[in-house]
Amino acid sequence: MPVSQVAVTFEPLDADSLVTLVDAEGDGAVVTFAGLVRNHNQGRRVQFLEYEGYEPLAVRALQRIVDEALDLWPGTRVAVHHRLGRLEIGEASIVIAAASAHRADAFAACRYTIERVKQIVPIWKREYFDGGDVWLEGATADPDDEAARQKAYRTACA
Amino acid sequence: MRVTVRLFARLRDLTGAGELIREVPPHATARQVWDDLALEWPALRAYEKTMSVAVNAEYARMSAEVHDGDEIAFLPPVSGGVDWAG
Repeated sequence: MPVSQVAVTFEPLDADSLVTLVDAEGDGAVVTFAGLVRNHNQGRRVQFLEYEGYEPLAVRALQRIVDEALDLWPGTRVAVHHRLGRLEIGEASIVIAAASAHRADAFAACRYTIERVKQIVPIWKREYFDGGDVWLEGATADPDDEAARQKAYRTACA
Repeated sequence: MRVTVRLFARLRDLTGAGELIREVPPHATARQVWDDLALEWPALRAYEKTMSVAVNAEYARMSAEVHDGDEIAFLPPVSGGVDWAG
């Protein structure tokens, strides 16, 4: 099955397939990022996480982010897959690959993508820890919030 | 007319339902759909300022008019990706 540029999936993530996808031109600079489930959070010992998503909108939001990155860093190619369902400690919840002829652009596009995912992709995680469970809630999702976009851009270029 | 309401994460927990069918009057907005839900489940009010809304799997405004057969999703603050210290 061909690898999609953006996806949400209940299957384990594969960063290598994303690298192959974005570096089709052989540009030479590929930055990858994998977000892994941590064994601790806010002083709690985490047992596992459960990710839930609004899948059709999550895919559209990921595509929007990839398009934003291309606007900001022309010539870059970004792929991003997000996992859903139960994830054990150390498993990847997200993988991103960004390719460019310029390594600075590849780094920036990769960082921008993870920052924007946290802002506007409708995915939620529930943390199961020793003694209970809790929904973690982050940002109010508003793709048109220009201040949030700028913040992600500044972080990417820091 | 009839719309499908989708609720996620803690909003789903608060109502005990991820999907509801609701009758709404013609020219109803997403806000009216929400207000009706909040009458039923007052605990939802706590999310009024932080949630987002989507109509037919596209982000929308609470003022958006809804139509027969639409899917209206109410989304608590998102927490995808990954967290890291610093």
